[in-house]
Amino acid sequence: MENVISVENVSMVFNLANERIDSIKEYIIRALKGNLNYEPFVALKDVSFQIGRGESVGIVGANGSGKSTILKCISGIYKPTRGKIRTKGLLAPLIELGAGFDGDLTARENIYLNSAIMGLNQKFVESKFEEIVDFSELRPFLDVAVKNFSSGMAARLGFALASVVNPEILIVDEILGVGDAAFQKKCGEKMEQLRSNNATMLLVSHDINQVKAQCDRAIWLKKGVLVMDGNALEVCEAYENWTKNHSAFESEASS
Amino acid sequence: MINSLYTYFRGLVKYRWLLRQLIARDNKVKYKRSLLGYAWSILNPLLMMSVMTAVFSGMFRFDIPNFPIYFICGNLIFSFFQESTTMSMGSIISNAGLLKKVYIPKYIMPLSKTMSSFVNLWYSLVALFLILIVTRTRFQWTLLLIPLPLLYLFFFSFGIGLLLCVLATFFRDALYLYNVFITALMYLTPIFYPISAVPDVIKKIIYWNPLYYFVLMLRQLVLDGTLPTLKLHLVCISFVVISLTVGLTVFYKNQTKFFLYI
Ligand SMILES: Nc1ncnc2c1ncn2[C@@H]1O[C@H](COP(=O)(O)OP(=O)(O)OP(=O)(O)O)[C@@H](O)[C@H]1O
Ligand SMILES: [Mg+2]
Repeated sequence: MENVISVENVSMVFNLANERIDSIKEYIIRALKGNLNYEPFVALKDVSFQIGRGESVGIVGANGSGKSTILKCISGIYKPTRGKIRTKGLLAPLIELGAGFDGDLTARENIYLNSAIMGLNQKFVESKFEEIVDFSELRPFLDVAVKNFSSGMAARLGFALASVVNPEILIVDEILGVGDAAFQKKCGEKMEQLRSNNATMLLVSHDINQVKAQCDRAIWLKKGVLVMDGNALEVCEAYENWTKNHSAFESEASS
Repeated sequence: MINSLYTYFRGLVKYRWLLRQLIARDNKVKYKRSLLGYAWSILNPLLMMSVMTAVFSGMFRFDIPNFPIYFICGNLIFSFFQESTTMSMGSIISNAGLLKKVYIPKYIMPLSKTMSSFVNLWYSLVALFLILIVTRTRFQWTLLLIPLPLLYLFFFSFGIGLLLCVLATFFRDALYLYNVFITALMYLTPIFYPISAVPDVIKKIIYWNPLYYFVLMLRQLVLDGTLPTLKLHLVCISFVVISLTVGLTVFYKNQTKFFLYI
């Protein structure tokens, strides 16, 4: 099977100190005190995996375990501190609810803005406009500013947009949770359809049942470390067992 | 380096639609709650010019024939530089939310700011032509060459904007320092005084100010009706090349670290 996503020894270190030294005064004070180097925060530690064409992979893990971070690295939004990431084919990342939406613009304007952000061309989007609107079922709200949308409505619009491009790789970060049952079903069907066209899917969800249902493989991240990679049912089971006895931010000793 | 820059900017073709939308949005936001809207792009230089003409014909007197035109030429150039670089500078910070959630080539942000200022500059040219008519200044054929200094100015400002953008993203203080700097720069650009009126020491500094040469070229085309010398072109082109090279290199080398600071 051909690999479409390859993640090799990826580490992501956030230097939390760096983030806060954003004024020269602070920099000078820190430099004088000699504590420019803060304890770095490791969000991903030496993570490696390969995903083949047509696979559907779920990523599970507690809050703050690095799931969104790895997706952002794969999407090219973050550059990993160490390691290499390669992707092949058109990628449609749905990282966060309405990531590219401008609340002041109407749904119609946002469809155009967002498509442009995804790097699509105008002709293509205009030809697909009706399809997007139909899929999201938001026709009556086309000229309403998106800031007045409910979160589910925004999710509908976002998913409709991402799926219309027929991406070869679809990356979804737990944004479907807010959609109602009917829409979730529709999204599930759409994902099935994409998969039958041999699209690759990478899905982050706290809904273990969704992962079990839609993925054939799962990856479990724990505090930035890949602890398990394999059959979705087995990984989900192991993860569920672990969550029964542990919480996200407890110290290493008890885990 | 050149090669990687080439592949990098090939994205421009792919993202040109986004660029267009961002420019349109900038201009829409700018005049969102104002009655006159775009007319301000024309009114603003006109009003500035009236105030300055009143001040300088009443209080101070420089020996400048056709002061209104002289002033507006300098003002157009300087205002564009100020607006575009200031907006570019904050463009990564103000789009932090977007840049942390979706992938867009980062240079799109400073570029769209520079371009939306450039659109504004063309509106302001209407003001220049209105004053030419009102003051009954002769329309020189060299007016046709106005786009040339403006293009130099555009690329020069884009380069500087990229550099400042990197600086501000890593150090927010730069935004405030730049405000001070730009005020100093304004006085060191002969916008409302002739270069002959300043002492030699200051003159030496002004000769290092790139804006001086862009202003000079525009005035030659509009006021004097003379063709800029080859030397003046070379000076302008050198500034453009230096600014773009430094700006692009610094931006390209640092842009992957932006997300750690926004
Ligand atoms: N830009 C950033 N700067 C600093 N720290 C960050 C940044 N992004 C993420 N982190 C840190 O990295 C860790 C992993 O975050 P991430 O968003 O990947 O978690 P997650 O697994 O998606 O969690 P959740 O289930 O809550 O969505 C967190 O501790 C977070 O504080
Ligand atoms: Mg997350």
